[in-house]
Amino acid sequence: MITLDNVSKHYPNTARPALSDVTVSIDKGEFVFLVGSSGSGKSTFLRLLLKEEAPTSGTVHVAGKDLAKLSHWKVPALRRQIGCVFQDFRLLPNKTVFQNVAFALQVIGKHRHTIEKVVPEVLDLVGLQGKGGRLPDELSGGEQQRVAIARAFVNKPMILIADEPTGNLDPSTSVGIMKLLDRINRTGTTVVMATHDAVIVDSMRRRVVELDHGKVVRDQTRGVYGYSK
Amino acid sequence: MRSQFLASEVAIGLRRNLTMTFALIITLGLSLAMFGSALLIRKQVDLMKDEWYDKVEVSMFLDKSVTQDQRLTLKESLEAHPEIQQVFYESSADALENAKEQFRDQPDLLASIGPDVLPESFRVKLKDPAKFEDVASEYRGAPGVFEVKDQREFFRPLFRILDVFRRAAFLGAGVALIAASLLIFNTVRVSAFTRRRETGIMRLVGASNLSIQLPFLVEGALAGVIGALFAAGLLAGGKTLFIDNLLSKVITFTPFVVWRDVWAVVGVVFPVGVGLAVLLSLLTLRKYLRV
Repeated sequence: MITLDNVSKHYPNTARPALSDVTVSIDKGEFVFLVGSSGSGKSTFLRLLLKEEAPTSGTVHVAGKDLAKLSHWKVPALRRQIGCVFQDFRLLPNKTVFQNVAFALQVIGKHRHTIEKVVPEVLDLVGLQGKGGRLPDELSGGEQQRVAIARAFVNKPMILIADEPTGNLDPSTSVGIMKLLDRINRTGTTVVMATHDAVIVDSMRRRVVELDHGKVVRDQTRGVYGYSK
Repeated sequence: MRSQFLASEVAIGLRRNLTMTFALIITLGLSLAMFGSALLIRKQVDLMKDEWYDKVEVSMFLDKSVTQDQRLTLKESLEAHPEIQQVFYESSADALENAKEQFRDQPDLLASIGPDVLPESFRVKLKDPAKFEDVASEYRGAPGVFEVKDQREFFRPLFRILDVFRRAAFLGAGVALIAASLLIFNTVRVSAFTRRRETGIMRLVGASNLSIQLPFLVEGALAGVIGALFAAGLLAGGKTLFIDNLLSKVITFTPFVVWRDVWAVVGVVFPVGVGLAVLLSLLTLRKYLRV
């Protein structure tokens, strides 16, 4: 599903590479934690998958496609197969929960009757039934993140990328979000989650890829957060 | 992207950026009206040239000592000349009559003109007024000819002034259009900035480049259309107030641009306005909306 071969990424005007000779392969349906301290290259790793950045060297394959050979106008098609969730939710404050989720479908040209059928289903899935008419401000942080997950998942992507999805949430709320991501993973969706949250990683016992200064220092199935902290 | 959704996005965009959009429409309208006025001024100058240059003729003044034979020879030669459309003969007496008509407000001047002071002449109308020198040189120095004069010489300074006027109008319109262009550029940039959250999400969920840019382009086109309508209104109003109700009542010796000319100019101003707005929006988006 996702393959990085000897990938390095140098940003201009920086001495140290953000990623250095990274080789990682993630199969369809896997759940992978990407751990490491700030500046270890987690964000660059995720940005490469979306073709927001191109690697300086090495190749990146996502969903069977070599991203280097993917032409500019085919990038939207790639991104339709990848859902994204962020630490800061990134909801539109002047749209309701329903409209926020529907927005993701509207902008890719889905029919209205499809939207009216699919959006309530996904709101049920994330546990927000009956809250479609609320504005993001009226929801708790955990609920807002559920809206963001609903938006990322509504188009049934093959891959879900989560960048510190629990970073702004308290531990008990985080557990709920992790259960939701686990449920999404069980539908066959590959989940790649960057996190700092040792408790979550330790309790989930999933594959862990640790980055340090742009290098993969650990790749463990059923791993824990690590020893360095 | 569905049209209904597009329409609601455009409405939100315009409302959020209302003062800027308003300023843009007014500036664009005014500068397009200036551009249209410049086109109309050019048309007006052309009309005056056509009218006056066509009426004025070449005058061939004859020697006082001209003989009847020479007069006849000249007349036949002029009438047979391929470049000449019409020939009139004006005797000294006719010339005096015309002068009396022309200078009736200046009796002192008239008193100084005796019956034989004004020379007799042939009034010659050329098929192509630009060929004056060719024809004139043929007859200069011919027996009985005193002088050949192009009456258009009198109008040259006037048209030189009108030309300066016309150029100034185009220069002003150019400056105004540049100002409008900068404003379009800035409005679209601000619009792209205020909606970076939306466009960021659109990008992430895989909206095509076109559907991300389309709301901005439609907004630009809409501002262009409204600005052009505003300009058309100003031009029509200017024609009614300034030409129909003022100039044409005071100045009767020249024709003025008619409504058909105004609509022809509107037909130019419209695509220029809308095209400018869309093109600049597109260029600005390429720079400021990363897709």
